[in-house]
Amino acid sequence: MPQVFRRRTNVWSVVTLVVALLLQPILFMVLWLSVNATHEGIPIQQPIPFSHQIHVGLGLDCRYCHAFVETSAFAGMPSTKACMTCHSQIMADSPVLARVRASFSTGTPIKWVRVYSLPNFAYFDHSIHVSKGIGCETCHGRVDQMPVVSRQAPLTMAWCVSCHREPEQYVRPRELVVKMGYQMPRDQLTVGQQLVAKYRVRSLTDCITCHR
Amino acid sequence: MSTARRGKRHLDLEAVRARLAGGNGRDYWRSLEKLAETEEFNALLRRELPRQMAAFGHAVTRRELLKLAGIALALTVLPGCTRRPAEEILPYARPPEDLAGDRPLFYATAMALNGSALGLLVESHEGRPTKVEGNPRHPASLGGTDAFAQALVYTLYDPDRSRAVLNRGRVSSWAAFLADLRGRMAAQRARKGAGLRILTETVTSPTLADQLHGLLAEFSGARWHRFDPLAPDNLRAGARMAFGGYVDTQYRFDRADVVLSLDADFLSWPPGHVRYARDFTLKRRVRAGVRTMNRLYVVEPAPTITGAMADHRLPLRPTHIERFARAVARALGIQAASGEVPELSPEDTPVFSALVEDLQAHRGSGLIVAGRQQPPIVHALAHAMNQALGNAGVTVIYTDPVEADPVEHLGSLQALVEDMAAGRVEELIIVGGNPVYTAPADLQFAEHLARVPSRVHQSLYEDETSALCSWHVPAAHELEAWSDARAYDGTVSIIQPLIAPLYGGKTAHELVAALLGHPRSSYEIVREFWKSQHRTADFEQYWRGALHEGVIAGTALPPKSVSLRADFAVSESHGRQASVRPGEEGLEVVFSPDPTIWDGCFANNAWLQELPKPLTKLTWDNAALLGPQTAERLDLHNEEVVELHYHGRTLRAPVLILPGHAAGAVTLPLGYGRTHGGRIATGQGFNAYTLRRSDALWFDSGLEIRKTGERHRLALTHDHHRMEGRDLIQVSTFKHFRERLHIVHGSVTEEQRLPSLYPGFSYKEGYAWGMAVDLNACIGCNACVVACQAENNVPTVGKTQVMIGREMHWLRVDRYYVGDLDRPNTYFEPALCMHCENAPCELVCPVGATNHSDEGLNQMIYNRCVGTRYCSNNCPYKVRRFNFLQFADVTTPSLQLMYNPDVTVRARGVMEKCTYCVQRIQGGKIRAEEENRRVHDGEIKTACQQACPAEAIIFGDLNDPNSRVAQLRAQPHSYALLAELNTQPRTTYLARIRNPNPKIEPE
Repeated sequence: MPQVFRRRTNVWSVVTLVVALLLQPILFMVLWLSVNATHEGIPIQQPIPFSHQIHVGLGLDCRYCHAFVETSAFAGMPSTKACMTCHSQIMADSPVLARVRASFSTGTPIKWVRVYSLPNFAYFDHSIHVSKGIGCETCHGRVDQMPVVSRQAPLTMAWCVSCHREPEQYVRPRELVVKMGYQMPRDQLTVGQQLVAKYRVRSLTDCITCHR
Repeated sequence: MSTARRGKRHLDLEAVRARLAGGNGRDYWRSLEKLAETEEFNALLRRELPRQMAAFGHAVTRRELLKLAGIALALTVLPGCTRRPAEEILPYARPPEDLAGDRPLFYATAMALNGSALGLLVESHEGRPTKVEGNPRHPASLGGTDAFAQALVYTLYDPDRSRAVLNRGRVSSWAAFLADLRGRMAAQRARKGAGLRILTETVTSPTLADQLHGLLAEFSGARWHRFDPLAPDNLRAGARMAFGGYVDTQYRFDRADVVLSLDADFLSWPPGHVRYARDFTLKRRVRAGVRTMNRLYVVEPAPTITGAMADHRLPLRPTHIERFARAVARALGIQAASGEVPELSPEDTPVFSALVEDLQAHRGSGLIVAGRQQPPIVHALAHAMNQALGNAGVTVIYTDPVEADPVEHLGSLQALVEDMAAGRVEELIIVGGNPVYTAPADLQFAEHLARVPSRVHQSLYEDETSALCSWHVPAAHELEAWSDARAYDGTVSIIQPLIAPLYGGKTAHELVAALLGHPRSSYEIVREFWKSQHRTADFEQYWRGALHEGVIAGTALPPKSVSLRADFAVSESHGRQASVRPGEEGLEVVFSPDPTIWDGCFANNAWLQELPKPLTKLTWDNAALLGPQTAERLDLHNEEVVELHYHGRTLRAPVLILPGHAAGAVTLPLGYGRTHGGRIATGQGFNAYTLRRSDALWFDSGLEIRKTGERHRLALTHDHHRMEGRDLIQVSTFKHFRERLHIVHGSVTEEQRLPSLYPGFSYKEGYAWGMAVDLNACIGCNACVVACQAENNVPTVGKTQVMIGREMHWLRVDRYYVGDLDRPNTYFEPALCMHCENAPCELVCPVGATNHSDEGLNQMIYNRCVGTRYCSNNCPYKVRRFNFLQFADVTTPSLQLMYNPDVTVRARGVMEKCTYCVQRIQGGKIRAEEENRRVHDGEIKTACQQACPAEAIIFGDLNDPNSRVAQLRAQPHSYALLAELNTQPRTTYLARIRNPNPKIEPE
């Protein structure tokens, strides 16, 4: 029986193997870091066409709805009751808000789609970031300009760590945490270092800072 | 099988004795298998580490390996292709009042075991109770708990709990039950309840007692019976014998310098055991400058944790304890203790005389405690001795009984059975308990029950009793129910629910209210009862205060002054136990509650089933426990199945030889051998209740053992995670300690001098977490092990996995023996991650999944771990656990609710270990940082520390020289495990200090 493969095929088999092995991690990285995986900037449709742009534009503070942001790990989502404090008066008959009214009358929660989600082995705490002078905008972007909210950060570990390594690059005065459109001062490094000293911000890069 | 081969496989006790005699008497050992070096032990050893075997059951071929490797490689790309699943957020439509984000809230409540309340604070994460802590304001807890309390949440979320009202086995409804009940109760009402019987367990709930009194007033012909398999009948009868009436006895171990326990396991039996552990160890906290320490003498048949704490322990067969008590009483000058003169063995005589002297020298600061297994006469003698020594009123406090309408339970059950047999019972309501399973076998409760026309049973599980009842009503769990209960001292706690009943369970209050024809919620019932007790305008404040504090102030029972009956004399023994003549030394059978599943009520709790029992280190089974002498005499070996013959009944049970067990007695732990009651409960172990007779509830002679030649494998953990016989536990005596002799090696200061090639770490700023374990306070109760399991989402693995050493407990309590097989000293040592400064595990991890934090924690990063297990191989303390399989249950819905949301649920293939409860550290630090301050000492407690009833575990910041942990580390008897390896552990130990009587053990 003649040889099925010619001698030259040996070379090709080696080349195929090497290329596959090299390509594999590259392909992996490209796919894993692509928008496809991070969902960065992709608007997420919610069950109710809620516009942050309008609500922030009306002058509502972030903390009116995200009430636990200063005291708890999860920033808190507004209860239907919180929506109804205004919407029992404003747009009280609007068909857009039918689901909100239905939720309030039946007591069934509204199912919002999560925009920022971390894997289950990463633990993030809003309260400590807020108290150390990290603005909402730093991670969530210009929510005041978003009719539909999208993720503004890749939420990769490298992204988290970039700030944990150099908090002075990102820290802002505590009283301006919720301010949208905050302009970093030109000498942010100097101001940042002062704030870091004042708020006792530490560069926490231990694994257990986030992983437990 | 030939004898020669068997001899090799089984352990040879003679060789063991020879080996022990050849040693210097200070060698510590964990198991007989190790001492005898049986083939099986050596096989375990050859595998180097019992946990390090292949995950596959068979060998993997080269072809198979390449296939798997190829697939694995290809699959690595896939995660990049998937979209992360969309998650939903469901905010409340109408938020509850006290919503505080996702920070946990704590509610005060209580649990009752055998009717005795233990105050609890339960952690609730957004409405889900996840963790139980002790209530520091509750007298029975003082912040401590036991293993049962820690495992409470598992029972709450147990998917096997009964979920529906059943009518003759078919699913029905509460409404249908009420409708049926209404008709039948109307018939009873016409006859003043002549055919109505209620059977409850021990009731200390003032509300339930009030309801039942109401019921009995309305149905004058009805009867309220009680049966609790562990009821303190002997205690009651003993009090009657000594004082002419029922009294409860409370002990003040914090005032006692010399304690004699007559078969009393006061550290693990409610009522009051958690508090007693604290009080007892208070006098054992040996520190530099401390001049006194208490001394404990224990006389008992089967080793218990109380016996392990003893400075002198006499293993006596149970029938001899009465004679020993008589002898002590007579030596103390109790005139009433006449009768036969007991003979003590030559070994016991010096202990006996020294004990008597010691008790006499400590008048008013001594204490004699009798166990509830012992006959009434032993209790009466203990009362008489405490009175004669002036201990009464000081170390012994008498009060009215805590139980509502106290009765002797056995008599109460017997009366019920008589009525059932005579056909006088038409309507039997069984509230809780499982009498078909727990009633003494000779009463034939099940047979008589079948004759009752209408039988209602309310319980957490569909158990043996439910199966024989016409109606089964699911009970609400203690964390789902409104109720109340009294503690050992009478203090009332309101039991408040943490969650609405998961499976529509009903409380005893609701059931009794339904009997009375006006069903109400238990909230209304309990609240209205207390309103009737507190008729003032400020009731709302009073009620809220009681709920907030977890105790109702001023409800403790006042001390009662009692005096011995004038005609008190115990010339003749009472009861059948005394019929044994000294010469007649047959085998005796002893019944005892199982240390982890108790009387069987926790049989379906996987945490408690997998919890190694304190002394035997047995999991998932019970065994006939007997002493080495008995085993030799009868040629019995571990795991050998024997037939136990006793009064015409037989039972098959595997044998387990327990060093220190009294010769001539076999202990049968109760609670196993279930036929109904959940998937975990059924089919494990043997049912010792089938041998239990009403005339000998606790022990009796007349047991015979026959060999069967069969073998039943037991899952024992005492040879797992060995540290190769180095000096791990260090023991000294109080005399040495006071004289400041060199008592430990590997002390922390010594160890710091060793040089290291590694540069080391600096912790100048921030914190340096450390832990100190006081071996002198550790009672080996296992509360810490279950606390760790609950806090850190530690999975259970099942019996077969335990047998190959894969149990996942982050914290284990090692049990060491030293000395003679028949009378060893027993020591406990909790072992957890040492958080070494020079951690061997950190250096070998190829992916950096375990490394050192800025605060000195040895951090374990699950998402980096690839499962090489090198770290575990290199850990000298054997505290790392590997998920060989998907042990964590991530599919059963109710168990999802149980997980602590602050801790990752680990998947297969990941190493894990103690983190010093890093989630609590981070939470505490975040709170402190937000308040711009440092963490206070004692603010952050690890789960094991918080659970410990004896405060044996102290955690804190070593950078703060005033912290408790830093001060304990500076004690002269502080030492590090395996200090010679220069691992520089953060966890250090305080050596166990014994306080032997110099007259018995001259130095």
